[in-house]
Amino acid sequence: MPGNADNSETAGLLPVVPFLKIPDEGSPYLEGSRCSECNTTFLGERSNCAKCGSRDGLESLPLANQGELYVYSIVCRSFPGIEVPYVSAIVDLEGGGTVKGNLINIDPKPEKIKMGMPVEVIYKKAPRKDAEGNEYLTYYFQPKS
Amino acid sequence: MSDVYVIGIDMIKFGRFPETSVPKLGATAAHLALDDAGLTINDMQALYSGNLGQAGAMVGQRILAEIGQTGVPVVNCANACATGATAFREGWMSIKAGVYDMVLCVGTEQMGKGLLGGGGGGKGIPTEGLLGSGTMPAVFAEAGMEHQRKYGTTFEQFAKVSVKNHHHSTLNPKAMYQIETPLETVMGAEMISYPNTKLMCSVNVDGAAAAVICSEEKARQLGKLDRAVRVKASVLTSDPYQERNLQMPDVNTCTQRAAKSAYEMAGVGPDDIDLVELHDCFATAEILHYGNLGLGKPEDAGRMVDEGETALGGRIPVNVSGGLLSKGHPLGATGIANIYEISTHLRGEAGERQVEGARFGMTHVIGLGSACAIHILEKVD
Ligand SMILES: [Zn+2]
Repeated sequence: MPGNADNSETAGLLPVVPFLKIPDEGSPYLEGSRCSECNTTFLGERSNCAKCGSRDGLESLPLANQGELYVYSIVCRSFPGIEVPYVSAIVDLEGGGTVKGNLINIDPKPEKIKMGMPVEVIYKKAPRKDAEGNEYLTYYFQPKS
Repeated sequence: MSDVYVIGIDMIKFGRFPETSVPKLGATAAHLALDDAGLTINDMQALYSGNLGQAGAMVGQRILAEIGQTGVPVVNCANACATGATAFREGWMSIKAGVYDMVLCVGTEQMGKGLLGGGGGGKGIPTEGLLGSGTMPAVFAEAGMEHQRKYGTTFEQFAKVSVKNHHHSTLNPKAMYQIETPLETVMGAEMISYPNTKLMCSVNVDGAAAAVICSEEKARQLGKLDRAVRVKASVLTSDPYQERNLQMPDVNTCTQRAAKSAYEMAGVGPDDIDLVELHDCFATAEILHYGNLGLGKPEDAGRMVDEGETALGGRIPVNVSGGLLSKGHPLGATGIANIYEISTHLRGEAGERQVEGARFGMTHVIGLGSACAIHILEKVD
């Protein structure tokens, strides 16, 4: 997997969301689940299928770190303390699963962002700590090099 | 089953009323609707109350405490921005079912200023601005960008929706604003979430609207049929599974399904509809719903606004009230306020903004998460 195999970078970090997995060995990844009845892929762990209603037929799997930008918005006003502008992106991952996140390493201008462009998922330490001072690992999207 | 009739309906002028309370706003609207019907709270057999901000606080009962505690059943509804329409529909169903023959429906909301959505939850660190945005302007910007991706709709076309609806509101004394906003002003306003500028976001306001509805027999008995409006369809849907809707709320499929059911229930088609009040919570949203409601082909939505087809005087006027963009959007009141607007046109009482000869009108709201409510109303000859 690209760039993140060194576990010293993730040691001691908590996942920003439950579907970001930080294994003891190997690289972090986004976890999904797939319905064994209808083959639908979901982001995150779940026990029932939202598409077909099947129960207990869902299996966990790692989602791809590559995908395509579906749509985006350039967010210019947010809550106090949140740096703007940034690009909020909806990404369809290869092999299934749709994720929302920040698209970085791109000029936040409409003429620079192309819907359908290939992107990759990268993992970094989040620039925020919680009230107890814990640090977190988060994910971003960036244009595929 | 009897048809259901609106025999009294009204709204307060939307605005900011921090000094008052939700029950007082509701009480004012209830009195206006009762006066419009020439009836009193003692004539009402039940109250259906819609409010979101105080959903756990028995708003309906507190409205009755203001205007008359008659001891009738009260149902409190919350369904995001479809809250008011849901309360109206619950009342409609009670009459359809023959349980009551005349009830009161009230929608209320008192709002702060500022962004909605994007609240971080509980443990860990806030994810707003780290894992994309959950604010409403961004969510509806992304929904608009999906339309751009599929059909090439432009920022300028989205902005023209706002120019149109702000213009309409100059003719509506009950709208929050009566201000013209030329295209350069809309496009040049502060960018909130591209492609929605500040003037392309609905206005957070306080408001209330209420309706007295009854069975056909009751309307006849009371001699109220001459100004009555017939409810030809009342439909509520939730969003069915779509491949992205767990990450990206889908306001399209639930609207398409609700529209199809509503046309079937009313026995009419899109060509029969004379005006529409639809959920323009953001300028991008209005464009989506032209296609969703069958007012035109989805790929023609940009052209429809370019050519003024949805402006007052056009082929199918949309949001003649000024819409949520300029009339304002008090979440729990919006659904009944839309029904007030359509009823006023069907009664021929809309003054300067009257859609001439209006016979059928449609209302549409979306509660994100998602709920869609559609009503089709008909003039009574
Ligand atoms: Zn399934």
